[in-house]
Amino acid sequence: MSERFINPAISAVPPSAIRRFFDIAGTMKDAISLGVGEPDFVTPFPVRNTAIESLLDGETSYTSNAGILPLRQEIAWYLRNRFQLDYAPEGEVLVTVGASEAIDIALRALVRPGDEVLIPEPCYISYQACTLFASGVPVPVPTHAENDFELRAQDLEVRITPQSRVIILSYPSNPTGAVMPLERLREVAALAIQHDLFVICDEIYAELCYEGFEQQSIATLPGMRERTMVVSGFSKAFAMTGFRLGYLCAPRAIVAACARIHQYTIMCASRQSQVASYNALKQGRETKYADVARMRESYDRRRRLMVQSFRDMGLPCFLPRGAFYAFPSIRHTGLSSEQFCERLLHEQQVVTVPGNAFGPSGEGHIRCCYATATDKLVEAFVRIARFLDTL
Amino acid sequence: MSDKQRQVLDLLNEDCRIPLERAALMLGMDIQEVAEIIDTLEKERVILCYRPVVNWDRTQRTVVEAMIEVKVTPQRDFGFDAVARRINSFAEVRSLYLMSGTYDLLIQVTAPTLKELAQFISERLSPLETVTGTSTSFVLKRYKQDGVVFDQPDEDRRLSISP
Repeated sequence: MSERFINPAISAVPPSAIRRFFDIAGTMKDAISLGVGEPDFVTPFPVRNTAIESLLDGETSYTSNAGILPLRQEIAWYLRNRFQLDYAPEGEVLVTVGASEAIDIALRALVRPGDEVLIPEPCYISYQACTLFASGVPVPVPTHAENDFELRAQDLEVRITPQSRVIILSYPSNPTGAVMPLERLREVAALAIQHDLFVICDEIYAELCYEGFEQQSIATLPGMRERTMVVSGFSKAFAMTGFRLGYLCAPRAIVAACARIHQYTIMCASRQSQVASYNALKQGRETKYADVARMRESYDRRRRLMVQSFRDMGLPCFLPRGAFYAFPSIRHTGLSSEQFCERLLHEQQVVTVPGNAFGPSGEGHIRCCYATATDKLVEAFVRIARFLDTL
Repeated sequence: MSDKQRQVLDLLNEDCRIPLERAALMLGMDIQEVAEIIDTLEKERVILCYRPVVNWDRTQRTVVEAMIEVKVTPQRDFGFDAVARRINSFAEVRSLYLMSGTYDLLIQVTAPTLKELAQFISERLSPLETVTGTSTSFVLKRYKQDGVVFDQPDEDRRLSISP
């Protein structure tokens, strides 16, 4: 009865396809989950302890809307020294509640009703929903396994219209683990400049690249800084998902617009999360990010194991060079992604995520996270192989 | 030590029973290379042995375990090494460390019974001419050993699915 009060524009946004699987998986005790989207490391103790000490010291007040200045300074130093990005701590950096808030307020700040947002997919699930919440029109741009799930300029160009306003670029990619080589970035940058488009660049997985690859930011390319927002956070590389701490960096006017939404809706990110994140960066600077390197090396080992295990079972699997997901194809089984995942869950108690949850071009694939203990991964592979034998 | 040797050691430290083939796959090396690295580490006595971490409390076997702080007089030309070698030779000694601080050696000892442990201290350890004093503390409960937490429930606190 109460439904009539709900804004139809919100009702029209479908719930995440992941939700249904979450409900089923929650009822299974012995399930092995490859469905997580977060590290299996606990936040390093010194970082946790900083949050505890902050609480014990009675630091329980709001912070400035933009976030505490020392954190913004450390973010600026980190981006400059790790990714050759140059942003002023005062005015060009905004601390947010996870990268998710940054995506949301960025789209609300940039998109006018009816504006089109070009979203390469399969992609993180919030881009399309946040575009709709911002009264924009999501325009999916498919990427393909045969192109290593890189965004190809020709696929983007044919979807650009006079209403196009924003491109969301998210590499390394969740769910595919794809990265975006420099030459491809240059092609996208040329189109953005030619058509006067703004780029929201979600770089939350930028630290997690393998095989010597380094994900360069499109914001570093000539002519791109003025039309790019870099979004990142502490969840993935620093194993701090529960702290919910992210940030966005962009030219002053863009950050000011985002800050206006942020100040009225969020006020500020948690102070304890901010001081913990500050310490994560400060210690990282002193140790050359040893914790990040240690975790990356561990993911890398499991990445090799997972990809080869899928290939050995006969599931074609693109070699991901970033994030902590593999995205094998299950097309030859004749099952849809959802059918495959649901049957695998019911019959062998292994949780995976159907590729179509990340957009239509994810159909025919499943997302599997390798940020899970090796013995559990090995057991999961045994179960998946057993499941495949029954098909 | 090379970076590859370090990587092999890190992996074996997690699971020393890992099949060679899987180790090679996870490290991005070929099997022969991993085998050679392990062989070298064993020959150079970097890797000394492979043993399980056992929670004896979950078995029927009773073991009395103690940590003994020992003060000794270092010997001319040999320092602490001579007495350490002597103490090493006792079967009850599981670990032996030279320590900084108020005492010199820390010995981890085990024995089947309290009586046998007491006999070891009074009849074998204390009479050594270089030993000038001992202080024994019994292990009441083991919470963690070699990085392995005992009795930790195997739980993953993460949501089984997240975006």
